[in-house]
Amino acid sequence: MNSTYDVIIIGGGIVGCCCAKYIAECGRKTLLLERQMIGGGTTASGMGHIVVLDDSESQFQLCRYSRDLWTEFAETNTEKIEWNRCGTLWVAADQEEMDAVKDRFTYYNSRGVNVEILDQKSITETEPNLKPGFLGGLLVPDDAVLYPPAAAKLFSKLAESYGAEIRQYTEVINTTSDGSVTLKDGSKIHADTIIIAAGYNSSDLITDLPVIKRKGHLVVTNRYPGMINHQIIELGYLKSAHSAAKESVAFNLHPCANGKIIIGSSRQFDNYSKDVNFDILGQMLNRCFEYMPKLKDLQAIRTWAGFRPATPDKTPYIGPCPGEDKIWAATGHEGFGITTSIATGKIISEMLDNIESSIPTAPYLPSRIMAGDAQNG
Amino acid sequence: MADMITIYINGNEHSVREGEILSSVLAKAGITEFHKSPDGSPRGPLCGMGTCFECTVTVNGNQHCRSCQTKCKSGMKVETR
Repeated sequence: MNSTYDVIIIGGGIVGCCCAKYIAECGRKTLLLERQMIGGGTTASGMGHIVVLDDSESQFQLCRYSRDLWTEFAETNTEKIEWNRCGTLWVAADQEEMDAVKDRFTYYNSRGVNVEILDQKSITETEPNLKPGFLGGLLVPDDAVLYPPAAAKLFSKLAESYGAEIRQYTEVINTTSDGSVTLKDGSKIHADTIIIAAGYNSSDLITDLPVIKRKGHLVVTNRYPGMINHQIIELGYLKSAHSAAKESVAFNLHPCANGKIIIGSSRQFDNYSKDVNFDILGQMLNRCFEYMPKLKDLQAIRTWAGFRPATPDKTPYIGPCPGEDKIWAATGHEGFGITTSIATGKIISEMLDNIESSIPTAPYLPSRIMAGDAQNG
Repeated sequence: MADMITIYINGNEHSVREGEILSSVLAKAGITEFHKSPDGSPRGPLCGMGTCFECTVTVNGNQHCRSCQTKCKSGMKVETR
């Protein structure tokens, strides 16, 4: 076996698999290394929401671009990735949140994203199981949900069809800036470019690039088709997601294509155990019951916890690492990595080929955080 | 001896003892198909102790209730299929 490649990707989550697909498609000799199974880590722990978020202009651009790519991809892969174009309904609980609905409507509308404002009457008609009395909400009809492990698997298969090599259960213990990867068994592999797509483990491989575990819990129910019609989220979700508080919960429901409902969400820093924490799980469910009391009657079949790979500025790292000649990053997507995986893969591939991307990519460069050796010295 | 009460199984009246376990009542009524899998195959009680989820039925409009963990109450409406 030849042990020299054009590109080695470390991490077979959905981001790594999307990178492998686009890079191999351009004709580069590509190897993807995954320490466990494809799509089995953070990818399998997440909800699978394809959503346009607007925490920052760069986040909005990446989400919207990626959602468009997913929508196009899903046209011919609907069943394989369990695609459900259900839209997102942001629920406003008070006048302050209703004002935020109007602001977001203007922001999205002026940038060409379909949005609709729902009033008190129409939100109840749209989602009859919501507790009556909510002031209204914002409907984003082109958002969707999918089953992330299936999507990751499909992208790894597509990468293989373009000639990429995929190795599962292969752990990397070290990388060096001259393009060398050391595996756990002691063997070394070389490449012109090494792309770190290892999610929350990325900092183990590039210590100067901070990626922090942000724990979350989810519950999945039995099949209740028609119980909810959209991904439904409280507007306060953004407060929860953006808050620097140690713990927060928010109402967030997700209708899987097969009728199951995923209930979230929680956020915790400084908790590195994968065990379910029943205290925060209880807070999360009680928050959800406030929005939809009917949820209490549903049969939950499983609950689990996972880790989002968070960065200090809530923006992923996409591109070369300064001072680390051959090392690139495609990591740190926190809670919107499923949404932005496909754009990340396309952008990384375009950067390798020195092709300009469809959106400005400077905001995602690791150099904003990593100074590199010259400046560090 | 517990009081006799009336429950409704697929719309039909049945006289049962209050507190009787629903899965045994359904079995005694001759029902073998409690629900269907997503692939359409018939499912019925297996473990009888709340673990296998094979005996689920709709009770008073709530889907996926484990009948082996449900005690009969007066007026209860049960749907199998």
